Amino acid sequence: MLKRVPCLCLKRPFKTSSIEMVPNGECEMAEITFVESLRMTLKEEMERDPSLMLIGEDIGRYGGIFGVTKGLLEEFGPQRVRSAPISESAIIGSALGAAMTGIRTVAELMYIDFTPVAMDQIVNQAAKMCYMSGGKAKVPMVIRTQEGGGRGNAAQHSQCLEALFLHIPGLKIVMPSTPYDARGLLKTAIRDDNPVMFIEHKLLYASKGSIPEGEYLIPFGQADIKRKGKDVTIVAISYMVIVALRAAARLAEEGIEAEVIDLRTLVPMDFDAILKSVRNTNRVVIVHEGCRRGGIGAEIAAQIQEEAFDALDAPVERVGALNVPIPYSEPLENAVIPDEEDIVKAVKKVLYRS
Amino acid sequence: MTSRIDNKRCLKMYKQMLTIRRFEEKAIELFEHNLIRGNIHPCIGQEAVSVGACTPLRRDDFMVNTHRGHGNCIAKGADLKRMMAELFGKSTGYCKGKGGSMHIADFEGGNLGANGIVGGGLPIAAGAGVGIQNRGTDQVAVCFFGDGATNQGTFHESLNLAALWKLPVIFVCENNLYGLSTPVREAVSADHISDRAMAYGIPGMSIDGNDIIAVHAKMVEAVERARAGEGPTLLDCITYRFFGHFTGDPGKGITYRSKEEMGQWLERCPIKRFRERLIKEKRITEKMAKTMEANVTASIEEAVQFAKESPLPLPEEALQDLFH
Repeated sequence: MLKRVPCLCLKRPFKTSSIEMVPNGECEMAEITFVESLRMTLKEEMERDPSLMLIGEDIGRYGGIFGVTKGLLEEFGPQRVRSAPISESAIIGSALGAAMTGIRTVAELMYIDFTPVAMDQIVNQAAKMCYMSGGKAKVPMVIRTQEGGGRGNAAQHSQCLEALFLHIPGLKIVMPSTPYDARGLLKTAIRDDNPVMFIEHKLLYASKGSIPEGEYLIPFGQADIKRKGKDVTIVAISYMVIVALRAAARLAEEGIEAEVIDLRTLVPMDFDAILKSVRNTNRVVIVHEGCRRGGIGAEIAAQIQEEAFDALDAPVERVGALNVPIPYSEPLENAVIPDEEDIVKAVKKVLYRS
Repeated sequence: MTSRIDNKRCLKMYKQMLTIRRFEEKAIELFEHNLIRGNIHPCIGQEAVSVGACTPLRRDDFMVNTHRGHGNCIAKGADLKRMMAELFGKSTGYCKGKGGSMHIADFEGGNLGANGIVGGGLPIAAGAGVGIQNRGTDQVAVCFFGDGATNQGTFHESLNLAALWKLPVIFVCENNLYGLSTPVREAVSADHISDRAMAYGIPGMSIDGNDIIAVHAKMVEAVERARAGEGPTLLDCITYRFFGHFTGDPGKGITYRSKEEMGQWLERCPIKRFRERLIKEKRITEKMAKTMEANVTASIEEAVQFAKESPLPLPEEALQDLFH
């Protein structure tokens, strides 16, 4: 299973425009892992806002199961880094209560598979508080969690559930694919006054990327074109961006230039970026790791046909997991989760090539 | 026993209980005339818990409420006009017509909102306690919930968390003996809901919830304990709703409660009991009580008038307020 863990060095060769330069104009690039990027960002934000609190399971002495919060307890103390009992509803609910009463909070749920345990607090409470109160409730909270398969963790530790939350008005959804994006987006998420689902991917934690020295924020609702291309648009999120880039490199060898759009945030969604690209390529493949049925691809495809039916030269293709729970055994898991090959096939299909 | 509470406060408590009663009676009437949509979950009969528990609170203390929450809103100092306007779905309501009866929130008054999900508010109250602890103030958070909620996981998670971290939260169970139609004895394994406090190593007491002085006294102790940083308390206030679960419940709950039982509880009406006590202790005269009652009725009429005259929200406002 380790062979699926990427060791990417994305030095952002595709786009640098979204790097906001620090005032002195310096832009030193340091190479760090995704986990280091998250940890650095949490630390900086905790220094910036002395009330910012973290809450979650094993985030204290243990440093979080993926090591994201390592060292933060020692630096900020147990009131600001609250290692909580295994009580997902109480973790999300108390983060919400603290946030509503003025304590900006980042709650961590170890696996997105555990969000259903706390679903009432996320869906009925956090997501609705602002609207239900006529816009008065301010809910500055982030739910950091991670999803995804590829590591033999089986059905209850491998799901991709972003589509569940996309369906709930009142939640913002962030899904970074690189250490650079993770940093800029996490800062924006923490400073947002609304509940934000910040969904990481377990296969990205070890990936490396360059980030500049100075502070930068990435606004929500701004997709990033991770690869330019004229023949087909591939819309992807999270780890599937990396897989799509690999597929695009292979396609390029066959003379097919794919444009890879990393949505980065699902709510708000940069639909204009998709439209612009589709109007240029006239073909689109949407890639996500969650089940195809009711996945985010369905929503995006529906919007594309509503807005750009005339621009399409082929039906929109969706690449997603098969509609079964994630199995344990490696050949089974590989069969269920989409890979490079699936994307290549889908691209060729919309290009009517075989 | 009332002697420990000064006259002015006693009269205010009585007036608040009356206000809750009249407000709800009026709301039920308006509901029956189709002026209020959805449903109303009346707390008539439970006024001593609302007022007894909220009187020791300051305006900057937090309160988390339930679906049967009009009484707690009023006791925490909500404005009747804005409450009534919310029931009417008007723009001038507390939630601009987006919340309705089950979701009245008044953040300026520390009211963090009511909950349509049984047990949904308990973790939020714990979180308000976390916030207080991190800010280092001496505020407290009060969490109201019904007997039914004590069988939810969130009850146990929240009491555990609050006990573990010594959070300044007072858990007030409005134990009206029925979760919709299910009697508490068929739903709660413990003899008393307050016994459940033992599992978390915190004080727990069962109180006559129709005796406002008893509720007030225990609440004062619990608030002092919370303000002193000594942690949470569980108060099990045994009371009764005179109406059904909601406005659609046939015969005020006669399908699951006997006439005799309902009659006995009517005899124990918390407002009647407190009135008699105040008169007996010469804190109020019949005449004073009558004047107060007339004033309360007038304030309810004023609230209804305000609600009726207020504008309805525009359809396009449906898309507003999703995010702050």
